[in-house]
Order: sequence, then structure tokens, then C-alpha cells
Amino acid sequence: MIPIVYNVRSVVRRPVSTALTALGVGLVVAVFIGMLALANGFRAALAKTGSNTNALVLRKGADSELSSGLGRDVASIIAADPHVATGADNRPLVSPEVYVLIPLAKAFDTTQIANVVVRGVSDQAWQVRSNVKITAGQRPTSGRPEVCVGSRLTKRFPHTGVGQTLHFAGRDWTVTCQFSAAGSAFESEIWGENEQFMPVFRGDVFQSITFRLKDPATFDDAQRALQADKRLTVDVHRESEFYAQQSQLLGNILSFLAIMITGIMAVGAVFGAINTMYAAIASRAPEIGVLLTLGFRPWTVLVSFLAESAFIAVIGGVLGGLFSLPLNGIVTSTTNWSSFSEIAFSFRVTPALLLVGLIFAVVMGVVGGFFPALRAARLQVVQALR
Amino acid sequence: MALVEIRDVYKSFQRDTQRIDVFTGLTLDIDAGSFTALMGPSGSGKSTLLNLIAGLDKPTRGTVRVGGEAVSEMSASQLAAWRARHIGFVFQSFNLLPVLTAYQNVELPLLLTRLSGKERNERVKIALDVVGLADRADHYPRQLSGGQEQRTAIARAIVADPTVMLLDEPTGQLDAKSSQEVLALLQRLNSEFTKTIIIVTHDAHAAERAKMVLHLEKGDLIEKPRATAAAMR
Ligand SMILES: Nc1ncnc2c1ncn2[C@@H]1O[C@H](COP(=O)(O)OP(=O)(O)O)[C@@H](O)[C@H]1O
Repeated sequence: MIPIVYNVRSVVRRPVSTALTALGVGLVVAVFIGMLALANGFRAALAKTGSNTNALVLRKGADSELSSGLGRDVASIIAADPHVATGADNRPLVSPEVYVLIPLAKAFDTTQIANVVVRGVSDQAWQVRSNVKITAGQRPTSGRPEVCVGSRLTKRFPHTGVGQTLHFAGRDWTVTCQFSAAGSAFESEIWGENEQFMPVFRGDVFQSITFRLKDPATFDDAQRALQADKRLTVDVHRESEFYAQQSQLLGNILSFLAIMITGIMAVGAVFGAINTMYAAIASRAPEIGVLLTLGFRPWTVLVSFLAESAFIAVIGGVLGGLFSLPLNGIVTSTTNWSSFSEIAFSFRVTPALLLVGLIFAVVMGVVGGFFPALRAARLQVVQALR
Repeated sequence: MALVEIRDVYKSFQRDTQRIDVFTGLTLDIDAGSFTALMGPSGSGKSTLLNLIAGLDKPTRGTVRVGGEAVSEMSASQLAAWRARHIGFVFQSFNLLPVLTAYQNVELPLLLTRLSGKERNERVKIALDVVGLADRADHYPRQLSGGQEQRTAIARAIVADPTVMLLDEPTGQLDAKSSQEVLALLQRLNSEFTKTIIIVTHDAHAAERAKMVLHLEKGDLIEKPRATAAAMR
């Protein structure tokens, strides 16, 4: 084998062309990682929203909370079900919930309106949703027009600070607290008491009922029992699966776009690599002739130049990873196409994603290096040495 | 049996519409342990002959045998392995790899053998010692003089202990003093280490050191005794 130090030093000897080629590859890798980090963050936000130990009940056939509706009778039947866990006070851990979208003007540009989820919950909800934590203020008092605001909303929408007043549904609502929910979609919601929201929104119906399972392993039993109950026409979902499902469409579209866009950009980077390698090989024809004269086989010359191209690409891949790192944690938002609500989430640049980016870079290098390397391997010794 | 046997070799090149016949039925023997100088005017086919012996090029017709093996019949991959084992080639323009040190350049042919790192190290040291460059092992080619570069190239050619050394105008780019050093080195390799050497040269000094001088003229061989070659100066 031709020693790799030959290629590494040859690459270092032409710093400008190496840097430019690596930069091209790096840019593509950065965009690639960035877009996948977006899809990643979106999926993670929704995946974390649902819990494995909770079940979500919707009207039969409803594919989102928005299109569902359940009466008070359903809520009491479910509260009495033996699969439902009970809290310290012996009351069932059930939250029949009102779910509506309200238009809110954004903080930095009040002409921009986003749909924000308003969720009316029972006072059990704070126990059912174990990932929800109050970070400031006090929980809304039962019977009062008070709300608690998800932490992702506070910076992006005005009047969401504790003590301020929000105006929606024709009434004023005092903000009494803020909550976090481990980066999940709940952080983009406004929570209040279900009994307060019912009269001002859609009347005497809940959109969903979420309850804590006594034993997460009994979900299938609970699902079968409730869906078979003649008094009910409901679908029962495991909460974690329901939200994961909701992220699928947009998550997949984001991943697809990432691959499409970076695929097109990659063509450019590959041509950069092709150019660099053809130039390198043309100027080193005598060196290749010497290697062949010494008895190195043509395929080792091929491998050697592929390795050289891959090496440049790895430099690019590392650069791209470094470029993409500052994105990690940046908050952005999108409309979830499954629920039409605005969800804020962060870019998530994970080690696995960085590795994928690096592999992508190597692939670009090998693809770009292939034809030049093939030309090198096919050089006629006598011609190469002239 | 001669070490190099060239039998009725024809070689022609096609350049555009023109056919250049370099050899038309060349027959030649070169013995093991000999020191042969190939001379002749430019374009007479000296380099072509060297390339044919090294298996870098194929005759249009006829056979080239080295050590009993028909070089002209081998496949490209067989040739690569054969060349690594049997041929030490030295070029007019040194052709060291500029990014490798003298040591690494000399080590290259050994990377094609099964020798261990330790054995390679010993061999490289010996080869550099023989050419008098033991203290330049870590120098890059650009840090060496022309003569030193060519002696490094010779070390690279002998390190794998080849059957034949082929040198294409090795002193063509050297000053008189360096040329003499290189030629003395070759003579020593021949007499002390019994290396078979075939050297293409325009340099009459080189011819003087050789045991045999072959003159090529338009692809034909004119064998002249040494005395005549010397007298031609
Ligand atoms: N690859 C080639 N293609 C075409 N013509 C060539 C090639 N190699 C050598 N020749 C021609 O063959 C003749 C002999 O060349 P060469 O062996 O280099 O001569 P010398 O080494 O004696 O100067 C020259 O006329 C040269 O132009």
C-alpha cells in the first residue's frame, strides 16, 4: 500500500485548494446537520410530550384533539375505570381537557399572528403530566379566570409574564404562573381550568381525556375495555405514541427536505472535489509514474487517491460539524400540521447526527475522488513519466 | 544463459498518421554482473529499450526475457509484482516524491514486500549508508543537492535488492562533480555488490566506467569495444 502520509502531506502542500474544497464540503455538511437537527428537535419535542404511563381518549375516529369531542358522561365513566391510577388523596388521576386554538400576535412583530393552544385541564392534570413543572408563580385558583403559560411562549408573545393580563375569547385572563415541560410541546401551550374555558369556547364538551394508568403494562387491557364499552364511542391511545404519531408527517417532510436540499448542494461540493483531484493528479503524474514503476499496482494508486479525496472531505466534515454546533439549542417554531398549532422547539445537534454528517462528507469525498483516482490508476507509466 | 535476452524485437510507435519504427528485429544479450552503457544519438531508442526491459512498455513483436522470465508476455498486475522484485529504476530527473523524506522515499519499494518494520528499517539504513547519505535520512528532497537526490534515488533502486538496475541518463542533470560521485557509486555497486547495471548515457565518463558499451543508431546495435568508445571522445 502507498503510505497515507504521502497523501496527507500532498494535501497539506496545497493549502488553498484543500481549504476551498473542504469548505465546500463543510458548508453542505453544516446545512445537512442543521436541517436534520431541526427535524430531530421537532420529533424530540413531540415525543417528549406524551408519556408512556398515560392514556389519551378521543372521540372514535378523531385523529387529533381538535377534531374530537367528549361529553361529561364519558369523563365520569373513565374516572371510574379500574385501570386508572389514583392519587395520594384517593381521587382518580384523570384530566378531561378542553383544547382550542386562539390567534395571538407575536411579540416582535404584532402583525404576525400564530395559533396558540389553550388547554383547559382539571386540577389533577398537574399530577397526570409528570413532566410539567411550575417555574414561577402559583397555579391558577379554581373558579377564577387565571392561566399558566408555557415557558416557550413567554419570550415570543406579549403579556405572558406572571401578573400580566392576556386577552382572548372576549375576556381578560390573569397570568399567575409559568411552567416548563422538559422541552415538550406543552411548553408552547396556555393552560387554565377546564371549567373556566368550557363556557367561553365550545360549550359543554371536552376534547380529550387523559388519565394515568395504574400499571403501564395494562394499556392494552384498558384500551380493549374502554373501546368495547357500549356506553362509549372512543379511541384510546397511548399518550407517547399519539404525540410521536403527530410528529411523523412534519418530521418526515423536514428530513426529506434536508436530504433533497443537501443532495442538490452536495452535487456542487462533489464537483469541487472532482476538480481539485483532477488538478492534483495532473500535476502529480510523474509521481504516479514513479509509484507504478516501483511496482505499486494500479488499484493501490486508486485507493491512495480515493483516500486523499476522502481525507479532504473529512476535514470538510469536521468543519461542517463545527459550523453546525452553535445551532444546538436555538429555539425555533413551526406550525404542527397535525394540530395546526404553533410549536416551539430547539435544534438538536446530537453526536449521532455529527457522525452521520461526517459519513456524508466521506461519501462526497469518495464519490468526487472516484473518477480522478481511476484516471490516476490508468495512467500509462511511460506517458506519466515524460 | 544471459540475464537479459532480447530476441528479434520490433517496436513501433504511432504518432498521428506517422509510424515510427524504433526497433526492427533487435537481438541482444546482457550478462549477469555486467555494467553496460547504452549510448547513441537522441531518438535512437535507448529509453525505449530500457522501458522494454523494465516491462514498462511492450514490444510490438519479439520477446524480452529477464532471468529466464518472459517479461513481454506478462499481464499488468504480474508486471507490477515482477518489477517490484527484480527491477531498480533510476530516472534522469531523480523523481523522488517531494513530500516524503529521503528515508521514506527509500523505504517505498520495501512496502511491497513482507518485511517487518524492523527489517525495513535495517535495509533502508544500509542502502542510505551505501550511497553515503546516512546523515540525510530525514531531509526532504528539496533540502538535498541534485547529486544527493540522485544518490537517494539509487538507494531506492537498490534497497529491495533487485536483479537488474536500469538507469536512464542518471547524470544528465548533474554537474561534473556530482556526476563523478554517482558514477563511482555505480561502479562500486557493480564491483563490490555484483549488481547488474544497464545505464543509458551521453556521458563519455560513464562509458569509461562501464564494462561494455553498446551503441544504438536508429534502432540498430553497433557493438564497439571499449577502446573505441574511449577514443571517440
Ligand atoms: N510513447 C511514444 N509515443 C510516440 N513516439 C515515441 C514514444 N516514445 C518514444 N517515441 C519515439 O521513439 C523514438 C525513440 O525514442 P527514445 O527511446 O526516447 O530515444 P532515446 O532515449 O534514444 O533518445 C523517438 O523518435 C521518439 O520520438
